[in-house]
Amino acid sequence: MSNYIKLIALGLITFFAMVGINFARDLAYQVHAVIIMLVAGGMFLYTLRQTDEPRAPEPSHEYLDGVVRAGVIATAFWGVVGFLVGTFIAFQLAFPVLNFNWAEGYANFGRLRPLHTSAVIFAFGGNALIASSFFIVQRTSAARLWGGNLAWFVFWGYQLFIVLAATGYLLGGTQSKEYAEPEWYVDIWLTVVWVSYLAVYLGTIIKRREPHIYVANWFFLAFIVTVAMLHVVNNLTIPVSIWGSKSVIIWPGVQDAMVQWWYGHNAVGFFLTAGFLGMMYYFIPKQADRPVFSYKLSIIHFWALIFIYIWAGPHHLHYTALPDWASTLGMVFSIVLWMPSWGGMINGLMTLSGAWDKLRTDPVLRMLVISVAFYGMSTFEGPMMSIRAVNSLSHYTDWTIGHVHSGALGWNGMITFGALYYLTPVLWKRDRLYSLSLVSWHFWLATIGIVLYAASMWVTGIMEGLMWREVDANGFLVNSFADTVAAKFPMYVVRGLGGVMYLTGALIMCYNLVMTVRKAPAKEASLSVAVPAE
Amino acid sequence: MTKKPVQPHDVPTTGHSWDGIEEFDNPMPRWWLWTFYICIVWAIGYSIAYPAWPLVSSATTGLLGWSTRANVAADIAAVDAANGPINARLEAVDMATLTSDPELHGYAVSAGSAVFKTWCAQCHGSGAAGAVGYPNLLDDDWLWGGTIEDIQTTVAHGIRNEEDDDARYSEMPAFGRDELLEDGEIHAIANYVLSLSGDPQDASVVADGQVLFADNCTSCHGEQAQGDLFQGAPNLADAIWLYSGSYTDVVETINTARFGVMPSWSNRLSEAEIRSVTAYVHQLGGGE
Repeated sequence: MSNYIKLIALGLITFFAMVGINFARDLAYQVHAVIIMLVAGGMFLYTLRQTDEPRAPEPSHEYLDGVVRAGVIATAFWGVVGFLVGTFIAFQLAFPVLNFNWAEGYANFGRLRPLHTSAVIFAFGGNALIASSFFIVQRTSAARLWGGNLAWFVFWGYQLFIVLAATGYLLGGTQSKEYAEPEWYVDIWLTVVWVSYLAVYLGTIIKRREPHIYVANWFFLAFIVTVAMLHVVNNLTIPVSIWGSKSVIIWPGVQDAMVQWWYGHNAVGFFLTAGFLGMMYYFIPKQADRPVFSYKLSIIHFWALIFIYIWAGPHHLHYTALPDWASTLGMVFSIVLWMPSWGGMINGLMTLSGAWDKLRTDPVLRMLVISVAFYGMSTFEGPMMSIRAVNSLSHYTDWTIGHVHSGALGWNGMITFGALYYLTPVLWKRDRLYSLSLVSWHFWLATIGIVLYAASMWVTGIMEGLMWREVDANGFLVNSFADTVAAKFPMYVVRGLGGVMYLTGALIMCYNLVMTVRKAPAKEASLSVAVPAE
Repeated sequence: MTKKPVQPHDVPTTGHSWDGIEEFDNPMPRWWLWTFYICIVWAIGYSIAYPAWPLVSSATTGLLGWSTRANVAADIAAVDAANGPINARLEAVDMATLTSDPELHGYAVSAGSAVFKTWCAQCHGSGAAGAVGYPNLLDDDWLWGGTIEDIQTTVAHGIRNEEDDDARYSEMPAFGRDELLEDGEIHAIANYVLSLSGDPQDASVVADGQVLFADNCTSCHGEQAQGDLFQGAPNLADAIWLYSGSYTDVVETINTARFGVMPSWSNRLSEAEIRSVTAYVHQLGGGE
């Protein structure tokens, strides 16, 4: 019966997309209508083939790991795409001739930059979060994912969101809000997918067979719930036409800026921090084979982080039209946030006490640990940069870019690599990774790449900040903007080289993971049966 | 560091285990807790001293009375007050005699440098070396005159813009597009012009080109193609080109004509700023 409802819905969507292709007012919308028509039409045919056929019963006593395996592959794939685009646009800034004339309007820096940020944050990071949270919530709840194939809907629905967002940027369909670029219909689709994600996650926790909810799941839940709220509020737009991609935000002027950075900062806070702390709380104790350092610390720093992070957004708008009082509060909450952020670092690092010797022999653990070290560094740098006096130097400079990347490459990237190295042998039932020395190569390439990236951006950031504010004895500016751009050239090349190293490391990882699945010896005992640990 | 290493087995766990993961019942590190408390106390103090807490229709202003808008207004007022007297002298001075007052001239040049980097560098380049279509201001090849008064007029009113009735104005005919000359004639003129400062692309038509040039171009560019500052007609006998000196670009210029525009600055900049940037450009190398 449900298949007939599905067929009607898919048929309607396909038909509506066809009409959309015909009436489309802009290219991005038209291409998206084609994509939606093909996907919905394909699903229609697939569903039709399945209808009234006998179905194999769901193996309810086993974990649903297929969707996690797909997530591991998607994470690695989008990671390489995102790093590749990032490296290319880094060289576009150093050598503007790479903004090819023949690709003007599609592949110039302005179009590729949001493609890079969304690919690494939402495609790479988002897939890592969805896959690892599905893996972790099953193991720590000793329960199969709730909702049957809903988890698969979340996975494929999220990939469709990524494809619509990415093609939209290249074709000019953008709201021009940083990290919230996708247009209204893509936002609506993401909302549907995200609510399904919350349902799967919450459903699994509710039917758990452990008496308590593990700390990693608190962080994942906070991440899923808060991102839903941020996404909806920052994307309250009214479409200009149902047949076009353009829309108008309901927030006026500086309120829109405030909502945007409330969203933008908490995308960092809940997507890239809380969610990834959930990963940290599972993979570090697992890989180190040690208990978590302190339960008390995890409770206090969790609630402190969740309560304080949400107020820190205004520090992105110091010295703007934003009123001073909001700016002060943003700065004050950012500084109070310092210790709650570090609570996660302490709990991660101290979990290794009694097992530090493993760092010498286990490059995967080394990767997880250095990610926590970068996390600690960025969460100190962030509050410092939120101080108005520091911000007046650092704002709008490459220092911000360096800060973001020491967090993104160091913390999010490295912990995701560690998680992929942990997950691949477990999910494909292999005894071990194909090669630990390749993991070491990846570790060092990525680490040196991050150091080149962050150090060069600190240098250019502080340099251009000082050049912008340099005045002579009469109070007149000494440098033109173009002078500061020219002065940054050598550091832009260094940054690009850092990107090449980081990308190379990721490609080595992909090779290693593929070879693990194909060549590493199989593990005899199955780990996929859901049993409570005690 | 002589601190004893942590003995994990001394500490009990909380007794739960998830997928084999346990948790120690360690207390929170004291330094962590105290730093957290200190940050909170500091935050309360700071938010009392500075504008912070929203009320119904306004917000607390803070005990220090600090305000970004008041600060920036005070900074601007301080600079204006410090430079007020010398700006007044600059506005009153006869520009032709500016260089005889080294203090005033030095001030004008440093102020003008800042104006140039903010408003002029976008077209003329931060080093004033120009670009294709935007004149180099470092040499002594001037389109509309290189005396300090000429430069001041150009800066104040601009060139061929529609916003200022005093803007300098001239217009070259589009000889090809408007069918005033045949393609072969344009080919000949272009070669003649190129022969004046270098090698023509086709030497056989230079003589024809000279005759055509005399009939069509000399009223603006002069008998010797030396240009005319009153009409902004460029000197074509030197090797300096505003739109590049390749054969193709010269033909393009004769075909469709060029119409370079510079905005009027008298509505955007103060009189002192216009005079400053005039002094700056004048001393770059080519001022007469």
